Amino acid sequence: MTDTAPRASRHFEEELEHLKERLLVMAGGAEEQVRAAVQSLVDRDYALAERVLAGDAPINQLHLEIDERCFQLLALQQPMATDLRVVVSGVKINSDLERIGDFAVNIAEATLGYLEHPAVKPLIDIPRMAEIAQGMLRDALNAYVRQDMALAQEVLDRDDSLDHLKDQVFRELLSFMLSDPSVTEQSLGLILISRHLERIGDHATNIAEEAIFIVSGLDVRHHGQEGNAVRES
Amino acid sequence: MTNPNEGTTVTSKTAIPSLADVAQQGTERGSADAPTKVDVTELSFFYGQKQALEQVTIAIPVNQVTALIGPSGCGKSTFLRTLNRMNDIIPGARVEGKVSIDGDDIYGFGTDVVELRRRVGMVFQKSNPFPKSIYDNVAYGLRINGMAESHSELDDRVESSLKAAALWEEVSDRLRESALALSGGQQQRLCIARALAVQPEVLLMDEPASALDPIATQRIEELVYQLKSEYTIVIVTHNMQQAARVSDRTAVFWLGKLVEYGRTSQIFTAPTEKLTEDYVTGRFG
Repeated sequence: MTDTAPRASRHFEEELEHLKERLLVMAGGAEEQVRAAVQSLVDRDYALAERVLAGDAPINQLHLEIDERCFQLLALQQPMATDLRVVVSGVKINSDLERIGDFAVNIAEATLGYLEHPAVKPLIDIPRMAEIAQGMLRDALNAYVRQDMALAQEVLDRDDSLDHLKDQVFRELLSFMLSDPSVTEQSLGLILISRHLERIGDHATNIAEEAIFIVSGLDVRHHGQEGNAVRES
Repeated sequence: MTNPNEGTTVTSKTAIPSLADVAQQGTERGSADAPTKVDVTELSFFYGQKQALEQVTIAIPVNQVTALIGPSGCGKSTFLRTLNRMNDIIPGARVEGKVSIDGDDIYGFGTDVVELRRRVGMVFQKSNPFPKSIYDNVAYGLRINGMAESHSELDDRVESSLKAAALWEEVSDRLRESALALSGGQQQRLCIARALAVQPEVLLMDEPASALDPIATQRIEELVYQLKSEYTIVIVTHNMQQAARVSDRTAVFWLGKLVEYGRTSQIFTAPTEKLTEDYVTGRFG
């Protein structure tokens, strides 16, 4: 080792660990927001939906903080190879988590509108979608932190079931609206909510793709289309 | 109403390229398609009993910058010096394997080493101008090689070399002053001008900016970028950010072996070898 070559300092290692910890905190917050938003819908709980609206502020604060951390690490430490991938992916995961937080707020807002009316139907598929989306988010973050490619791939595979459920919800509610136009507003609210949950799954998928990129250097976004790989084949 | 553009044949097809075409054009630094300028095959090098390079095989592409990186003593400077036989002057040095430039085996029988060193110029870590005037430093190689037939041709060659080394504007009014009065960064660019004057094809640079301040370093890096359109450049550097900034391809050396060689963008973002990963992230040992 030469004197002039940069060393990964203990300080830098700690900073990287801290970045991961803060992303985990943010992911935990976003997941809880999604859970609470859907719970407020299922339980017809106005107060809980209101709490979700207020709960977005700390997520936004973490969004700014984590971005700042990543900028600092890039500017001051000039990371390379895996370290570089961890930091750049950190920026992207940060944005995905912030969007997930926004979708939780959107779900809570749609819930507040939905609760103005009587229920269209018992909720079965939407809670199931919420469970899948939260599981995908949790596992995508675990895959990122543990650098677990297999778990990340599993998250990618689960996205199809979410898409399928969203289509199912849409078809069912469409038939409701056609047979009884008076339920249109509530039905559209539920369709929107299912759409938000499906988008949450998409963001969890993005995080899983970043986890794969960090571990392998392979870019699997857009089905790993030609030219995406950083590594030469 | 008459269309003022009537009669012209501008079609949307030619005027506006499709997004798909534009997306296809995103090209990578250091394309693998460039033809090979310096072809090294199973090169081993010995200082007496000590082996400094082991079976190095590498194809250095034309008109690109190839950076050699690795810890001290890994063999990268030794490797650089095998490319113009600068190691020949070391007693007990021995070479095995093959180095060819444009197909000419430079260790082959009958190679004119002086001519080889004209084709393969070198710039060293510490700038080493001759204790002569700025003009005479640049003209030196031209004179001993008989490369200028008249004074005016010599003047022209000196001027174009100083321009190519981005030094002309700073020294044009004091060409007869001593080169030793120049700043460190200027002296290094003078050495580059001196190397370029004899019209080499390959330029070897052994840590050319390691003794310079950030501004002088930036000028050298900018110069390297500009020069690669005309020369094939091989640069040894301890500064990883510099290798990442200036080079198209990077070769990583470790204990005399070539560990990994690839596009610079790949080596610094997603290296294949664990040793490369450890070295570029500073987690060696």
